[in-house]
Amino acid sequence: MEMVTLSDKQKKSRRGRNIALAVVLAALVALFYVITLVKIAGGMVG
Amino acid sequence: MAIIDHHEAAVDGGDLVLSEATARDYFELLKPRVMSLVVFTALAGLVLAPGHINPIIGVIALLCIAVGAGASGALNMWYDADIDAVMSRTAKRPIPSGRIRPREALAFGLTLSAFSVAILGLAVNWLSAGLLAFTIFFYAVIYTMWLKRSTPQNIVIGGAAGAFPPMIGWACVTGGVSVESIVLFLITFLWTPAHFWALALFKMKDYADVGVPMLPNVAGEKTTKHQIMIYAVLTAIISVVPSCLGFASLGYGIFAAAMGAAFVWYSVGVLRMPEGDRAMVPAKKLFAYSIFYLFAIFAGLMIDRALMAAGWSL
Repeated sequence: MEMVTLSDKQKKSRRGRNIALAVVLAALVALFYVITLVKIAGGMVG
Repeated sequence: MAIIDHHEAAVDGGDLVLSEATARDYFELLKPRVMSLVVFTALAGLVLAPGHINPIIGVIALLCIAVGAGASGALNMWYDADIDAVMSRTAKRPIPSGRIRPREALAFGLTLSAFSVAILGLAVNWLSAGLLAFTIFFYAVIYTMWLKRSTPQNIVIGGAAGAFPPMIGWACVTGGVSVESIVLFLITFLWTPAHFWALALFKMKDYADVGVPMLPNVAGEKTTKHQIMIYAVLTAIISVVPSCLGFASLGYGIFAAAMGAAFVWYSVGVLRMPEGDRAMVPAKKLFAYSIFYLFAIFAGLMIDRALMAAGWSL
């Protein structure tokens, strides 16, 4: 089995992609939370 | 199998591929400059539509439209990577420069398409989501995969994809399509040929190198200049129609007429450009002005609406 070690540039870009993905996922959670709140509030007013 | 820091490596055609793509490279796949125009015109649709939308839902709608437009940009870059690599304007894009692999761009584009349409449908309404899905399909499949490489009328028909956002914004508020939203659609639709053919004139060699049948390459400079003129006049006329239909004031109409006259004037400059002119300064000027023109027209419509609401309008 071949062992490959990532270069610093590859490690840095992978870390950047992981952070970006984490931010997007967190934003998606927040987005669904906000949509739910707005829909529930709209339903109560209606 | 190879082990990389305890993770499996991607294997592409038997070669080990270690990605150096950054988050910025993926952002570049979304064509951010095109996205800004889409967001701006969609905002105009939201602002001009009669009725009310919760501001938070409005922001979410804009976000979905922006991401959907970006997704179609990523799908376009995935399909066009072969010709992008040859053209000077596009050679540095993430796929031809090797920073992102084509199948990664495809997966990215499809995922964003699905999420943007689904969230717009769930948060706002399914008509606007359907229009967004159709826009993505139109740009990625009808324009990119079919029209672009097969007819010199590619950007005339394909321009519809860029013209839908104000209609989507309108549908987000009203849940429907009306004459007014079709007029907003037509402004961008009729503007696109003059804008794009100005670019095609001074990038003629690039398009010829990759075999894309842009009008200047197929029908020649003279025909293209005449066509630019016709579409500039049509754009100038349609931009005044909101005043005629009463959903913009007379003040906006005067502003749009002046902007349209300048658009036609720049087109006359292109018409007078000598055949075979290498610098093509008038075409470059028209291209630059056309971008400013579209922003100004939609900004004018929104400002006019704000003034009308405040009772300051003509």
